[in-house]
Amino acid sequence: MSIHIDRDKCIRCGACREICPGNLIGRTTDGTAYLRHPEECWGCASCLKECRHEAIFYFLGADIGGQGSRMQTNREGDLTHWIISSPGREPFTITVDRRESNKY
Amino acid sequence: MSLFNPMERKYLTTDLLIIGGGTAGCYAAITAARQARDLRILIAEKANIKRSGCLAAGVNALNAYITEGQTVRDYLEFVRWDAEKIIRDDLVLSMAEGFNETAADLERMGLVILKDERGKYVTRGRQNIKINGENIKPLLAAEVGRYGNIEVLNHVNITDYLTAEGRVFGAVGFGVEEEIEYGISARAVLIATGGAAGLYRPNNPGFSRHKMWYPPFNTGAGYAMGIRAGAEMTSFEMRFVAQRCKDTIAPTGTIALGVGAREVNARGEIYEKQYGLSTSGRAYGTTNETYEGRGPCYLRTKGITSEQDEELLRAYLNMAPAQTLKWIESGRLPSEQNVEIEGTEPYIVGGHTGSGYWVDTRRRTTLANLYAAGDVSGGAPKKFVTGALAEGAIAAETILSDIKNIPPAEEAVVRARAEKVFLDYERRLSDAPQEPYDVFAIEEAMQKVMDEYAGGIKTAYRYNAGQLALADSSIDRLIVLAEGLTGPDMDTLVHIYELRERLTVCKVLIAHLCARKETRWPGFAVHTDHPQLSGDYECYVNSKWLDGHLEVFTRPLVREGAYEHTY
Ligand SMILES: Cc1cc2nc3c(=O)[nH]c(=O)nc-3n(C[C@H](O)[C@H](O)[C@H](O)COP(=O)(O)OP(=O)(O)OC[C@H]3O[C@@H](n4cnc5c(N)ncnc54)[C@H](O)[C@@H]3O)c2cc1C
Ligand code: SF4
Ligand code: SF4
Repeated sequence: MSIHIDRDKCIRCGACREICPGNLIGRTTDGTAYLRHPEECWGCASCLKECRHEAIFYFLGADIGGQGSRMQTNREGDLTHWIISSPGREPFTITVDRRESNKY
Repeated sequence: MSLFNPMERKYLTTDLLIIGGGTAGCYAAITAARQARDLRILIAEKANIKRSGCLAAGVNALNAYITEGQTVRDYLEFVRWDAEKIIRDDLVLSMAEGFNETAADLERMGLVILKDERGKYVTRGRQNIKINGENIKPLLAAEVGRYGNIEVLNHVNITDYLTAEGRVFGAVGFGVEEEIEYGISARAVLIATGGAAGLYRPNNPGFSRHKMWYPPFNTGAGYAMGIRAGAEMTSFEMRFVAQRCKDTIAPTGTIALGVGAREVNARGEIYEKQYGLSTSGRAYGTTNETYEGRGPCYLRTKGITSEQDEELLRAYLNMAPAQTLKWIESGRLPSEQNVEIEGTEPYIVGGHTGSGYWVDTRRRTTLANLYAAGDVSGGAPKKFVTGALAEGAIAAETILSDIKNIPPAEEAVVRARAEKVFLDYERRLSDAPQEPYDVFAIEEAMQKVMDEYAGGIKTAYRYNAGQLALADSSIDRLIVLAEGLTGPDMDTLVHIYELRERLTVCKVLIAHLCARKETRWPGFAVHTDHPQLSGDYECYVNSKWLDGHLEVFTRPLVREGAYEHTY
């Protein structure tokens, strides 16, 4: 269970570092965000939702059934688009509206 | 860090210090700020209150609500049944009285709660209401920000109380990244640091070791500080083993209640009725079916509709996104494959079971001027979100009435006490090589000991007196090793203190498991020397650190009315 930060997309805003509930995200000398201990990630996706630059993706560890897919988020007002890219497949998007309750 | 460049020291003074800005902590601050505009309130939080603690990922429902036709007494009876009688009636009742008010307050803050055409909340089962809980923590944090008299100190890890003669007058901590040590003086202190995860070897001990249900960053700091300061604790032996989706350790209630999926073993037999429907009974069912060779176990979702598939995918994104990813990634949605389930490693969490501080009805701990709320507080299982909020509110109100009579501590005393702890931080912040063991090696050793000898996943939550004795001596050995740990930066320092907290909690937990010579909650713990429930143990097992040793004793059950401490 973990996340990956794309160095090239990171604009060094520090938003993910600020909110990670485990303080897991550090800053390299040039200010880019990086995950200090990948095994310590809880998988809460807070950093993903906080990053407005799509620099972070989320994946399942191989030990919990991961198959190399990447999940990203993209926010538009109350809508959050969750985009899942799996090897060899078209990306799959699920949109969640903050104004709508869970049905279950 | 060198000897010539010690950490920066900061002393702060406030009226009310809240340690842990999670669910209970934030709501206590809000309640106090609303009623006393001139009270200075300081929240010291290890992470950032916007996304810290249990609510970080979001939650799927408000699990504790008094629905139409139900009363707080019905809730009390439900909790009593579920916890096999070991509850505090006074605490459960007073918390339940606050459920609906706190839910309404959350709605005012912007939480989306599902309503029917008559404008009534839509219920799920008897006690739940349906919400979009993805942003519940940012909403609470935004409400905290509305009050000018609440100051938030994010990214500060608190490790010790400032105490003298059974009285608490502040706390000490350090920056999780910045080399700053804080001595905070306060007239009243509320502890709200949540429960403890990571004591036992987790379900996924390798790369995904933190893919656990309870936040791995709630490490039992509040319990450990209280234990070391001599506060009375209750029911640590009532551990919580959650039944969760395999691998992702995501909650199962949304599937079970949402689409009515039943628990089935590998042969397709529905087993849940055989073991009883209490939380412990359900957990025991899954564990025992697997133990006896009929696993793996599943929630039977095959055959649900495609609309139900879609709703589940969305609901899990709002609280446990790994599960949605798992469904999509596997190429088979829940309608096409049953969801495998398993029991988690045991947690100590007073919001689900009864472990935590022994408090009076008004949430005063046994240490003067220290109050407790939420998962860190004992005796009131099944708190969930609304119960943690309600307890925060009760504690805040008690503090407001008590605080007039609490004088501030003398500055010289504060500094002298804080300095002792600072010296420990400074000793540990060192570039010296961490040989032969580093903090991770000892943490792993602790989890192995607990797993094998104190009823972890490995033994299907079973243990006996001989194994517990081995666990106890091994934890003692690790406590000694952990005393010598040092690290080059603040991040390592946090890990070292978290390990110290967990070891302290393990020590007390083992003593409690020894003391309850029966098996009351088989899903959570099976004492193989005493595999039956015994009438002799219809009481609380409590403990207290006194003059260098842990005293363990029992207390009779507290029923209705108000309970006060007698010193
Ligand atoms: C994954 C998950 C899902 C849940 N889902 C639901 C649900 O759907 N419905 C429901 O009703 N209930 C749910 N619950 C239960 C409910 O969320 C909790 O019972 C409740 O939030 C606990 O509140 P708390 O304030 O005690 O702990 P928390 O909210 O966890 O707060 C503890 C705070 O203390 C901070 N802290 C810890 N140590 C220190 C330290 N040393 N110094 C400073 N700060 C520190 C933490 O960072 C955290 O912010 C869920 C719990 C979990 C873990
Ligand atoms: S939030 Fe995104 S852009 Fe900002 S520091 Fe983090 S990864 Fe970089
Ligand atoms: S997913 Fe959560 S725990 Fe993991 S790095 Fe992001 S914010 Fe931190």
